[in-house]
Amino acid sequence: MDTMRDRFISTASRLLHEEPRLAVVLADISADGFEPARRAHPDRVINVGIREQLLVGAGAGMALTGIRPIVHTFASFLVERPFEQVKLDFGHQGVGGILVSAGGSYDWPAGGFTHMAPGDVALMDTLDGWTVHVPGHPDEAETLLRESVAGDDRVYVRLSLQANREALPVSGTAGFTVVREGRRGTVIAVGPMLDNVLAATEGLDVTVLYATTVRPFDAAGVRRAAGAAANADVVIVEPYLAGTSAAAAGEALIDLPHRVLGLGVGRAELRRYGQLEEHLTAHGLDPRGLRERITGFLRP
Amino acid sequence: MTNTTAAPVRELREFHDLDRLIALMTGAEKHAPAAHSTLDALWVLYDKVLRVTPDTVDDPGRDRFLLSKGHGPMAYYAVLAAHGFFGEELLPGFGAYDSPLGHHPDRLLVPGAEIGSGSLGHGLPLAVGTVLGLRAQGLTDPRVWVLIGDAELDEGSNHEAIAHAGPAGLEQLHTLVIDNASATHGWPGGIASRFASAGWAAVTVDGRDHEALYAAFTTPHPGKPLAVVAHVEPKS
Repeated sequence: MDTMRDRFISTASRLLHEEPRLAVVLADISADGFEPARRAHPDRVINVGIREQLLVGAGAGMALTGIRPIVHTFASFLVERPFEQVKLDFGHQGVGGILVSAGGSYDWPAGGFTHMAPGDVALMDTLDGWTVHVPGHPDEAETLLRESVAGDDRVYVRLSLQANREALPVSGTAGFTVVREGRRGTVIAVGPMLDNVLAATEGLDVTVLYATTVRPFDAAGVRRAAGAAANADVVIVEPYLAGTSAAAAGEALIDLPHRVLGLGVGRAELRRYGQLEEHLTAHGLDPRGLRERITGFLRP
Repeated sequence: MTNTTAAPVRELREFHDLDRLIALMTGAEKHAPAAHSTLDALWVLYDKVLRVTPDTVDDPGRDRFLLSKGHGPMAYYAVLAAHGFFGEELLPGFGAYDSPLGHHPDRLLVPGAEIGSGSLGHGLPLAVGTVLGLRAQGLTDPRVWVLIGDAELDEGSNHEAIAHAGPAGLEQLHTLVIDNASATHGWPGGIASRFASAGWAAVTVDGRDHEALYAAFTTPHPGKPLAVVAHVEPKS
């Protein structure tokens, strides 16, 4: 299977043929993959070199002229390093664009903490008007990317190597998907966390919702699921910083007596290398760790 | 095209009107030096160089002027008002809660403003992107100007843009550096050399001499972006 990043490159390269106002702006990362597209569209595939402030600023400048820019590099260098450019050059200037990150929280654990961005979605959440997609499968990434290209708004697409075995039908406007129904509580799995959440909740009487678009947050869907259960107890499992969407879940449940548990990547720096699976386990995001914390939280 | 017989559509203003317009904002004859440093260069640009009018602010083929150094925007507002982008009755509200004219400009509030600015070092990368966006649409005629300050040049983002624009041959890009010697550590070797060594055409002029500014602004620079470094009296 191709990775989400592979699929992003092939899809965006095809869309460049179909959409004359689409452009891709790079800072060396994935430049090799986009080389055929750059040769075909030299004025719409721009590689600025290892210059991330310019990457975001130039993408926004293109948007000022009516171009729909896709701006891409690793999450840490796309959202964290040039955060003020994201905030001002897109948000304050009032223009749209699509930020597509790779690398996620720990796609390359052997690369160490400098290439990990568990805080990216929480950072984006301080800004107004951004749609945030967290696909869990390359097919979903392609669908959400195509939708984003057709729009005019500001979109962050978070790609990672971690993926579910099967794709589900997704859409940025459809809200969270009900995967399983139960009575003891509701577990929301975000993007690539679905497989582990399904394994962790096997045999438990809980509703499982699947979320690939976390901003805007599907408050109505969460309220509906939580209201149908015996208790409005909600666990949200995210592949980035734990608790990133806990406040949004709490707001969704404001009219119900409720409890919310936010699971995800811990704040403390592990200072470990190794493999993605080892990091999932270390943060309690493997099926066993998840089951332990979910059952500990749910009422009997 | 000729304009020798057509009557002027609006009242033509003169450079000395700007003092009066600025006084409407400052409420007195005392002007912040930052407002003055850009005044002559802005006037020459809008009077003689930029192909943009209040009627063409949404025209894809217009020239763009991006004020990156958003501090002290009174001269900018005065020039925009003098050229009819908005009425001078807005000027006395400068900085007020319900005024579109803040101490840093906001493009969504100020008619004729291409970008909002204030945080330093954003305009030049945005200008690079603007040129790239125009080129991507086959619009190779519009020129893009961005004004930065010599202290603003401290921001590293400018150097990312300078280093890219030269090798990329962004001929439509023009950077005006107003140098009032306010950079804390100065620029030993001069500002123009930073641009020239990155493959830009670069000229240095007296920022108070309108004829020299015009000559610098219209310097041919085939295949290269142009930097004009305009010296004005030191800030302090």
